Amino acid sequence: MKRPHLRTGTGTVTAGEGPPDSAFLSVRDLRIHFDTDDGLVRAVDGLTFRLDRGRALGIVGESGSGKSVTSLGIMGLHRSGRARVTGEVWLDGEELVNADPERVRQLRGRKMAMIFQDPLTAMHPFYSIGRQITEAYRVHHPDVHRKQAHERAVEMLARVGIPQPDKRVDDYPHQFSGGMRQRAMIAMALVNDPDLLIADEPTTALDVTVQAQILDLIRDLQRETGSAVVIITHDLGVVAEIADDILVMYAGRCMEHGPAEQVFSRPQHPYTWGLLASMPRINRERQDRLLPIEGNPPSLIRVPPGCPFHPRCRYALLTDGRSNTEVPPLVPVDADDPDHTVACHLTPEDRQRIFSEDVAPGL
Amino acid sequence: MTTETVPAPGTAPVDGEALLQVDALVKHFPIRQGLLQRQIGAVRAVDGVAFTVRAGETLGVVGESGCGKTTTGRLLVRLLEPTAGSIRFEGRDITHLSTGAMRPLRRDIQMIFQDPYSSLNPRHTVGTIVGAPFRLQGVKTEHGVKKAVQELLELCGLSPEHYNRYPHEFSGGQRQRIGIARALALRPKLIVADEPVSALDVSIQAQVVNLLDDLQGELGLTYVIIAHDLSVVRHVSDRVAVMYLGKVVELGGRDSLYHAPLHPYTVALMSAVPVPDPKRKQQRERILLTGDVPSPVNPPPACRFHTRCWKAQEICRQVEPPLRELRSGHLVACHFPENEPSPG
Ligand SMILES: Nc1ncnc2c1ncn2[C@@H]1O[C@H](COP(=O)(O)OP(=O)(O)OP(=O)(O)O)[C@@H](O)[C@H]1O
Ligand SMILES: Nc1ncnc2c1ncn2[C@@H]1O[C@H](COP(=O)(O)OP(=O)(O)O)[C@@H](O)[C@H]1O
Ligand code: SF4
Ligand code: SF4
Ligand SMILES: [Mg+2]
Ligand SMILES: [Mg+2]
Repeated sequence: MKRPHLRTGTGTVTAGEGPPDSAFLSVRDLRIHFDTDDGLVRAVDGLTFRLDRGRALGIVGESGSGKSVTSLGIMGLHRSGRARVTGEVWLDGEELVNADPERVRQLRGRKMAMIFQDPLTAMHPFYSIGRQITEAYRVHHPDVHRKQAHERAVEMLARVGIPQPDKRVDDYPHQFSGGMRQRAMIAMALVNDPDLLIADEPTTALDVTVQAQILDLIRDLQRETGSAVVIITHDLGVVAEIADDILVMYAGRCMEHGPAEQVFSRPQHPYTWGLLASMPRINRERQDRLLPIEGNPPSLIRVPPGCPFHPRCRYALLTDGRSNTEVPPLVPVDADDPDHTVACHLTPEDRQRIFSEDVAPGL
Repeated sequence: MTTETVPAPGTAPVDGEALLQVDALVKHFPIRQGLLQRQIGAVRAVDGVAFTVRAGETLGVVGESGCGKTTTGRLLVRLLEPTAGSIRFEGRDITHLSTGAMRPLRRDIQMIFQDPYSSLNPRHTVGTIVGAPFRLQGVKTEHGVKKAVQELLELCGLSPEHYNRYPHEFSGGQRQRIGIARALALRPKLIVADEPVSALDVSIQAQVVNLLDDLQGELGLTYVIIAHDLSVVRHVSDRVAVMYLGKVVELGGRDSLYHAPLHPYTVALMSAVPVPDPKRKQQRERILLTGDVPSPVNPPPACRFHTRCWKAQEICRQVEPPLRELRSGHLVACHFPENEPSPG
């Protein structure tokens, strides 16, 4: 089939190019653009990160920042549309962006799996929960007997905490509550023991009480299996609960990336500051006013030049005009801390001063 | 803003007096079945709710989804007909007022809806949307409707030039501002806002929360703000009502309630809220409620929370705990409350 906008590679990667590093998942300069009538949407524009087994990466950002497009891109689910995907996604030593789509299909569901915000759209309304889990299993285990696959489905439902799994396995999605459906979808995603689990806003539609149950479940399952998890959310509280590393995304790019403790205790990017300062917190006395980020996120058809955050940034004036013209590179915060990176033109001194004088008192 | 016919001074309750009084409010939605549509049961969405809202204050209403928050809100503005109980506004019983009798009151009581995307008619300009209440109520304005609308837009942080634009040209936060401008058009006394910020990103949520706060100060508004986000509710409310399965299980001043919640359900809700501080996650004690909210068609007897409560005893399954005042202005419906003040 001819796909004009795609580098539908044949699996041939130029000789000598190997995995860039030993990371289990390594995303390099990923770009995902969509041709639309209004113009080119740069939903993801040069994203690079890596993730080891046994770790959870939280990707945060406002809506429209490109989080979901990124996750679908890693899963190789953009191939059929008007999407233009470039860059590299290395999963356990294998490159996926330029790989044969058939190969990516084999990996999907078995080596990498995904859970979505709304289980109802991901599940078929006319098939029982058990049948859907069973099918997901048999796609990758064609030799397994139907009965065995059914047992596997019951076992998975038990594992995600569905009461009376042997009875509930025959229920249809609408017979489950929101929280149970989310559990069932997790069961379906995990039925083939994937090494990479991507969860896109897995708790956004749920109440805090059920959210807490689901986050605990994801964490427990990850500990048990040692898989890598990418969790996408707009809720900084959720990432703090579950993520080892945090990637802050804005206008399709990474603004700041680092270990969770560092990003929360010493955030470096003005956008991260804005996110942290704007949220009301349950464990805090009421302050007089919240501190919003003024303005709105940009259209991804007309991404502002230079630093995409500059029209909303209070500190853009401190960079001698560079914020408006030069795209800031993602660089380590300092030499002692190579894993914590930031894309901002502020000098480390200015950043330190602004953080301690302006930002920290409000957090 | 210059609207004509501002209520004569003296009729409005003074700050702190009861503006709205709700008593034993009930809303059951019948479940019908079969050819004859016989009623076979009822969704007991709101099942005996009582509270007072004082002029100038903000009452926050929280609870899990399906607990009856939206239904309560819609009852207050009389978008739904109560099954039983009473609603008094400025001392007047409005529980069963006819649509016609309600019309003048529509000016005083307004609602803001959750979804800034579907609550605005996409085919109408901002000017038409925000100006509609003037037309519907036949209110004359000193310098014309257009001028009044433009003033409202400015008051809500929008530009007067937005008058001729359509909702789809605006972001979520801006659309919510349009909804707020519309609600403010007739200078209401009471605004019931159902999840006014939950569809918005945090950065934009803060803009809208600040706007509501400023408007309250400037216009002396009274709010009932419904939200499932306990952090937002802590920020915006003076007093908070916690709902569970159609009932208010705890009601108290914000600080008392957040510092020392009395109802086990409130304690559990609060402990489940994720906090953006990875260091805290190791220290804190989280109470995991098992399962979901039971169906409001067959709510558990006596204390409705007993199926999920870790403190439940036999009495909780037998006797419904009444709402009683344990601390000054702080009420709870529980046989074995948490953080109970020591006697004496
Ligand atoms: N198939 C598509 N065609 C054109 N544009 C698209 C497509 N999918 C996504 N986009 C655009 O890409 C941008 C990023 O979308 P994405 O869904 O990843 O955002 P998000 O961060 O997940 O937001 P949300 O939190 O609202 O889900 C948006 O501007 C969106 O409109
Ligand atoms: N028109 C209706 N017919 C039947 N049931 C309804 C109707 N509206 C609401 N309900 C039910 O009433 C209960 C409370 O609903 P609601 O007040 O919308 O909850 P919340 O706003 O707290 O999420 C839910 O179980 C809901 O399904
Ligand atoms: S590069 Fe400039 S505009 Fe961008 S975040 Fe840094 S200071 Fe602000
Ligand atoms: S009355 Fe009993 S079951 Fe209900 S909340 Fe109190 S302790 Fe729990
Ligand atoms: Mg998304
Ligand atoms: Mg609701």
